[in-house]
Amino acid sequence: MFAYIVRRLLATIPVIGVVAVFVFLLLHLTPGDPAAVIAGDYARPEDIAKIRERLGLNEPIHIQFGTWLWSLVQGDLGISIFSNLPVAKLIQQRLEPTLILALATTILSILIAVPLGTIAAWKAGTWIDRAVMLFAVAGFSVPIFVFGYILMYIFSIELKWLPVQGYKPIADGLGPLIQSITLPTIALAILQSALIARITRASVMEVLNEDYIRTAHAKGLAQNTVLIRHALKNAAVPIVTIIGISVGLLIGGVVVTESVFNLPGLGRLTVDSILRRDYPIIQGVILVFSGAFVLVNLIVDILYTLFDPRIRY
Amino acid sequence: MAATTSEIISAAPAGRLSRFGHYVRRNPVVMVGLVLLAILVLIALLAPWLTVDPLQLSPIDRLKKTGVGDHLFGTDMYGRDVFARTLHGSQISLVVGLCVAALSTAVGLTIGLVAGYVRLVDAIVMRIMDGLMAIPGVLLAIALMALTGASVQNVILALTVIEIPRVVRLVRGVVLTIREMPYVEAAISIGTSFPKILIRHILPNTVAPLIVQATYICASSMIFEAVLSFLGAGTPPEIPSWGNMISEGRAYFQIAPHIIFFPGVFLAVCVLVVNILGDGLRDTLDPRLRRRM
Repeated sequence: MFAYIVRRLLATIPVIGVVAVFVFLLLHLTPGDPAAVIAGDYARPEDIAKIRERLGLNEPIHIQFGTWLWSLVQGDLGISIFSNLPVAKLIQQRLEPTLILALATTILSILIAVPLGTIAAWKAGTWIDRAVMLFAVAGFSVPIFVFGYILMYIFSIELKWLPVQGYKPIADGLGPLIQSITLPTIALAILQSALIARITRASVMEVLNEDYIRTAHAKGLAQNTVLIRHALKNAAVPIVTIIGISVGLLIGGVVVTESVFNLPGLGRLTVDSILRRDYPIIQGVILVFSGAFVLVNLIVDILYTLFDPRIRY
Repeated sequence: MAATTSEIISAAPAGRLSRFGHYVRRNPVVMVGLVLLAILVLIALLAPWLTVDPLQLSPIDRLKKTGVGDHLFGTDMYGRDVFARTLHGSQISLVVGLCVAALSTAVGLTIGLVAGYVRLVDAIVMRIMDGLMAIPGVLLAIALMALTGASVQNVILALTVIEIPRVVRLVRGVVLTIREMPYVEAAISIGTSFPKILIRHILPNTVAPLIVQATYICASSMIFEAVLSFLGAGTPPEIPSWGNMISEGRAYFQIAPHIIFFPGVFLAVCVLVVNILGDGLRDTLDPRLRRRM
């Protein structure tokens, strides 16, 4: 078990390495002079020279990469071009709404999708199953911003139950926080739960064909016990895998949802810095998000051993 | 679904393509999907004749409600006809969806075939693909768009880059199983050349899963295009794409929700149709995949 965790940790190093190289090259793959791109269309030559100097673009490329990587390891993500503040600090300031939104969405998605998928598998072929599958395809097809605006129109503008946009930090109390993130969470959870429901249905259906399920029924166990204790538990590995993979989708969704609902999180920071061509922030955000994605999937891999003792490494 | 003997006999001498046509006709979901897609393509192609100029500004007609005057879907904040813009928007979505699906499968197939067959290439290529897949798709696309600037071609290229690793994975997986098959071994033993083995013996096995994957890529690329345009990093703002319409209309959302409602609904329906087509194709072409997804 311990050896497996160490091996799995080592396996993430090349992945993170490729991400780091890619993020570094991002600036250098720009057609033309990256400093000129950052400076914008109306920059004077001396402004461009200043940016070149600040980004260290006058050094040879391997030196640049070395310097960049060394400061990265020390937690230094560079300085924002626009605001002149350290990128790490800017990211830290924006972390709370994004983390809360992502966590709330994942919890809500699991609460919706796992029961839905299990019932669909149990009632396979009936109208319940078809309804769940329709929800799964539709949830995949309706873009988050379309769904977000529909929710906002119904619940904020027509019914006036919830605030239209904006975010109340956790320091202001739990009530306002929940009010401000309810709609974004629902909008995001539709997409994620569509994916999880699909996989849950497929893997529970497969397990339901197993001999031990027939045995469980034959010895007279209640339907619920069979479904939860026998079927769902054995179907857990693919479900947990897809929850890990769906974090990638979730991150993309967070970026869009934060723009729709005007939440001051990492997603908004990303979009704002793209409009301002603030490359150090773009690089930093991609690194943080990718790192989180890799970390979640690492944890998922390790969780397997808890869900399925047959898996031994 | 057991085929009767007569069906097997009648299908046996037919070529691969006609057998495919036979399966498609038998599956109602695929038929419905194809017909709806054909209608959407028709709308996109005929948009210039069905509607007025989508770029025509008309300051006196600003923010007209749906169904007022000549404007079936109303007008936007510059007085442009929302019906005309929505119909024209389907062109961008379909072009982006189809181009990304075609390009990413073509490139992914080539890389995947070689990676699956040549171990040294495999080790290097798959590390790069794993790395690319660790970057969330939307972010990677946004970053590429920020570098290259807004244009339809750049949107297609950026989305192709984020889809390629998934195609490579799929193709490589197929190649890894097929190359251990006795008939591939037999082909090697009689001295069949390496390119011939890849093209004649391995490539045909990737076709069915690739068609399914390409459909899903087409659907997700249409959403991605809209997302990029919505965030201001997609098609140039003067082009009436659904994402641009929603992005521009959001400031007027509270007083004129129809500006973003119509492109939103068209986008959702369009993606839904392609996704349903993908599900139908998956069930028809590769019943084994059904269990996995």
